[in-house]
Amino acid sequence: MSHFSDDDLLALSGIQHFAFCQRQWALIHVEKQWAENLRTVQGKQLHERVDNPDFFESRGDILTTRSVPLSSYVLGLYGVADMIEFHAVEQGGVKLNGRDGEWLPVPIEYKRGRPKRDNIDEVQVCAQALCLEEMLNIEIHHGFIFYGETRHRDKVIFHTELRNSVEELAKQMHSLFKQNITPRPNYTSACKSCSLVDMCIPKLDGKHSGVAKYINKFLSRELL
Amino acid sequence: MRKLLSVLYVSTPESYLSLEGENIVISVEGTKKFQIPVHNIESVVCFGYLGASPALIGFCAKNGVGLSFVSPYGKFLGRVTGGVYGNVSLRKEQFRRSDDETKCLPIAISCITSKLNNSRVVLERCIRDHAENVDTKSLKEISAYLKINANRLQKCETLDEIRGMEGDNARAYFGVFNELILHQKKHFYMHGRIKRPPTDNLNAMLSFLYTILAHDVQSALETVGLDPYVGFLHRDRPGRPSLALDIMEEFRAFMVDRLVISLINRKQVTAKGFSRKESGEVLMDDDTRKEVLTAWQKRKQERITHPFLNEKIDLGLLPYVQALLLARYLRGDLDLYPPFLWK
Repeated sequence: MSHFSDDDLLALSGIQHFAFCQRQWALIHVEKQWAENLRTVQGKQLHERVDNPDFFESRGDILTTRSVPLSSYVLGLYGVADMIEFHAVEQGGVKLNGRDGEWLPVPIEYKRGRPKRDNIDEVQVCAQALCLEEMLNIEIHHGFIFYGETRHRDKVIFHTELRNSVEELAKQMHSLFKQNITPRPNYTSACKSCSLVDMCIPKLDGKHSGVAKYINKFLSRELL
Repeated sequence: MRKLLSVLYVSTPESYLSLEGENIVISVEGTKKFQIPVHNIESVVCFGYLGASPALIGFCAKNGVGLSFVSPYGKFLGRVTGGVYGNVSLRKEQFRRSDDETKCLPIAISCITSKLNNSRVVLERCIRDHAENVDTKSLKEISAYLKINANRLQKCETLDEIRGMEGDNARAYFGVFNELILHQKKHFYMHGRIKRPPTDNLNAMLSFLYTILAHDVQSALETVGLDPYVGFLHRDRPGRPSLALDIMEEFRAFMVDRLVISLINRKQVTAKGFSRKESGEVLMDDDTRKEVLTAWQKRKQERITHPFLNEKIDLGLLPYVQALLLARYLRGDLDLYPPFLWK
């Protein structure tokens, strides 16, 4: 497996964009385009509430930290976990500075909406777990996604299939990034809710070869 | 499409702009005259240069609000922009193509095709609406000339050829421009397009609005991450926003010329609003400038259907939409750059 250098790391948060739409990811991460809509602003507000690098809470056998920097040189990703809980375990955890016993990290990702039909939220929290596993040299079995609309956390099991899809997505991300490619649009109903729809212009794809025709139509017409 | 935000034109030269919370506050001699939330503003154009507070300048830069300073008569002085938008690979692609004449050609042809088409529509509209009052014959003649040339243009093999054609066509078009003026003809008449400085009322209005348009186009290009100084038809020249000038060719007739004609024909401006300096330069007075700017703002809110996207947009978003289409073309989404072709 290849190992990436600091300079090659891509934003971990992008894996969710990439799983949703490769073109959206490329617009954000390759072309550095961004636009807000109601959803993105709500998401940002939720994260602002969660975000606090100095937060540390201890409740018996659970320690909670927020805004934890993460990276994986195997996947080539870096980012910040919204929240990580450290659960006291008999064995299989890690030692924590100034604490007795062993602790198992459990990543928790905050999302504004509700659980989705696809697994794009799961791949993100799984990618966080893979980073933690590499950083702490342990195995993490599960994490959670907290959904703002249902105000409920859903458990995510990091099974092999999910881990594989994270690795595959990370690989594809690096391939497109290296080639500096923005994939062609593929217009679907999901485009309507995408904040980048106006700069993506997904409907253009059908006409991508039609500009010459468009110009010729104007050149040949009679006005009077 | 994204929302059209207002451009704030500060036309009183004694105005001072400052930031209060997230509002732009305009004061004159220490008294607050006006305030507006920055979030409703696309950019700010200050005529006159008493100034703006560093806090406001910083806030505008951070939030992508363009801030320009022009002389009271519309001469561009400078602008404040924040960090460079967008992607370095897009700009490098723009630079690479700009250096390669064969790759400049299709873009330059698109822009000038649009210019010829849109100039022609201005003439044709006049024939259609005022056939009895105008010299239909010469208008038709020039319209036909523009049409033939638009077709010839497609076969141009050098940028110089295109520039030459562009010049010939502009002369022909402005040669019949006076025909479009139906009222106040005595006071609004041009002997050709004269820019430096404009020496008649008509040229003064055109020059003023072209400057305003250039500002909008430049902001639009920056918003999508293109460099407004690196053009395809206009040659590089330090300080000249060549790409903005290239793209502007598409909007001159449609956005400016038509507005100037209707302001005169509807008598919204009159000869009294202009004065001539010793040098021969003709200037608008404050009220006329305000009238012109108000009409410009109103015009930008009109809805049109974009001929290529087939989508309803505010007319004021045209520079943004064309900048976006150019960026998408440079990124490989389109086979050619689709210019704005007025129907």
